[in-house]
Amino acid sequence: MSAPQTLYEKIWNAHVVEQRDDGTCLIFIDRHLVHEVTSPQAFEGLRVAGRRVRRPDLTLAVPDHNLPTTARLDGNGNNIPIADPESAQQLEALERNAPEFGITYIDATDVKQGIVHVVGPEQGFSLPGTTIVCGDSHTACHGGLGALAFGIGTSEVEHVLATQTLQLSQSKSMEVRVEGELAPGVSAKDVVLHITGVLGASGGTGHVIEYTGSVIRALSIEGRLTISNMAIEHGARAGLVAPDDVTYAYLKGRPMAPKGDDWDAAVAYWRSLATDAGATYDKVVTINAADIAPSVTWGTSPEDVLPITGVVPDPSTFADPSKQAAAKKSLEYMGLIPGTPMTDISVENIFIGSCTNSRIEDLRAAAAVLKGRKKADNVKWAIVVPGSGLVKQMAEAEGLDRIFLDAGLEWREPGCSACLGMNPDKVPAGERCASTSNRNFVGRQGPGARTHLVSPAMAAAAAVTGKLTDVRALMD
Amino acid sequence: MQPISTVKGKAYPLGLKNVDTDIIIPAAWLKTISRSGLGKGAFQTLRSVPGNVFDDPAYAGAPILIAGDNFGCGSSREHAAWAMADLGISAVIAPSFSDIFSGNAFKNGLLAIVLPQEAIDRLMEVAKTDEIHIDLETQTVTTPFQDRFPFEIDPFRKHCLINGVDEIGLTLKSSDAISAYENKLSASQPWLSPNQA
Ligand code: SF4
Repeated sequence: MSAPQTLYEKIWNAHVVEQRDDGTCLIFIDRHLVHEVTSPQAFEGLRVAGRRVRRPDLTLAVPDHNLPTTARLDGNGNNIPIADPESAQQLEALERNAPEFGITYIDATDVKQGIVHVVGPEQGFSLPGTTIVCGDSHTACHGGLGALAFGIGTSEVEHVLATQTLQLSQSKSMEVRVEGELAPGVSAKDVVLHITGVLGASGGTGHVIEYTGSVIRALSIEGRLTISNMAIEHGARAGLVAPDDVTYAYLKGRPMAPKGDDWDAAVAYWRSLATDAGATYDKVVTINAADIAPSVTWGTSPEDVLPITGVVPDPSTFADPSKQAAAKKSLEYMGLIPGTPMTDISVENIFIGSCTNSRIEDLRAAAAVLKGRKKADNVKWAIVVPGSGLVKQMAEAEGLDRIFLDAGLEWREPGCSACLGMNPDKVPAGERCASTSNRNFVGRQGPGARTHLVSPAMAAAAAVTGKLTDVRALMD
Repeated sequence: MQPISTVKGKAYPLGLKNVDTDIIIPAAWLKTISRSGLGKGAFQTLRSVPGNVFDDPAYAGAPILIAGDNFGCGSSREHAAWAMADLGISAVIAPSFSDIFSGNAFKNGLLAIVLPQEAIDRLMEVAKTDEIHIDLETQTVTTPFQDRFPFEIDPFRKHCLINGVDEIGLTLKSSDAISAYENKLSASQPWLSPNQA
């Protein structure tokens, strides 16, 4: 018998093509997602070197970052041109490169289009036990299905296109165990914000994290994807949740998922991947579900997390002098005064979307709060951006779009939207946004924008009151 | 990748800590489809301040940048390395770099050299008047004043930089091993070749 192994070690070992003397491994990549921002130079590199894509069948291209989320077709079914010439050029490049290199491309007007990290799981392209890469740091998201998924730079995108492998060294392993039961009003997003607050923005550096415990087991796939999505925000290379019956039920019948006998063989293999009894992690962190409240960020790093019942912290009370200085700068940028209750902070903008929180369950949670309510008058801009055309379709079939529109929110086309200031959806300088995205960096949602990261239900609650709000106060 | 073994010339004495990739190249510049031309956007926010080192004629065209701790932190955008190369920078010397930046720099033949803070302080002084010389072969940074600072570098990276090794070309030498792996995989996990229905 071989020594007991963790889920991460099993996936890693199964993908080693070659090992160099210094321990670096050539790792096979099962799935490569490509979007328009980090790929043009990689395709250009292939062209210049006269190289081809080794496995176009394992590669899937979809535009998301630059796309405006307003209507894409006019009344006659014609494409509406994209106003920003540079965005248009980047999108056209992908549209040209994908067929040139034989890669399946999902067009902006296809119902399957959406944010890469929503599309992969939804199509059954992302599978347990696989290695998945994408030129985007939130690729860890797919770890919610039990895949080893991580973000790469453009040279690595080119390397994977040409060789279907990467030269990598193995990371350390960490277990983050969340035990207990989540209180009402507490969602997967609150769990991952809380974890980020506990570990810090670099607490997971050099590690691949496996999220375990009764709380994680009880989560839907949507919730697990939300948690794994933000692994990078606590510094981890990747996040993982062991696949189980919830995973198989989610994947079965998806367009690119295995079928028939293949399906049974796949499930049998996936079941063998769970961390063995007696396997050890390099580091273990245990979190009690009872300590997790609906959470919100106050600063400009995702680790700046507080329960919504908290007050803006006073930097002078921080032990570490470098943290004091950073917190002071953050509060200046955020325009916040220490001691202010979080629930006194007004917000002018609401963003419900991004690869962290734009799946059907997220939209249902937001709609449950907004049903029969209206957005507050001081909220100037409130948008709901489904993660894919299929999520949009499903939400509309359930009537969620009506709930959002009746409440005074906008219902948009799928894309990255206000998660990053690259497309027309931006938060104006100096204004606040209650946002379900994953980064509250300086300028992330637009130059000078002030971001408070929250769950979909909390964003909906903020829309109703015009302030950061404890969603539990709005629940029956 | 172009082989690189020595860099000699003026150096921008920046010295700033925590220069994140947003500072090196702001998000607005990520919409390009080429690796070149990003020099115009390099260090945009720093260059908007009058009297900045990048626009000081004394350092025009300098191939070296001297910076503080944690250079290249933040987003993984490789555009940061491209922007610096486009500006004509061939080497950065700092007390530490973010992992992702040093990887991206390496992949673009940009030297990311780690030296202790005292050495940085000294080089900041020298840079104001004189040239700095980096020799990758002997792993030293020297000045015309007998300063001699040795630095560490991963032997594999050193080899690739000096010989201009193309990493993809290197991996492609393992094509047979990759094919063997693929064959084994399609036998044991046939479902991995997706049914693109
Ligand atoms: S939604 Fe945001 S984090 Fe997710 S892929 Fe798009 S830009 Fe990246």
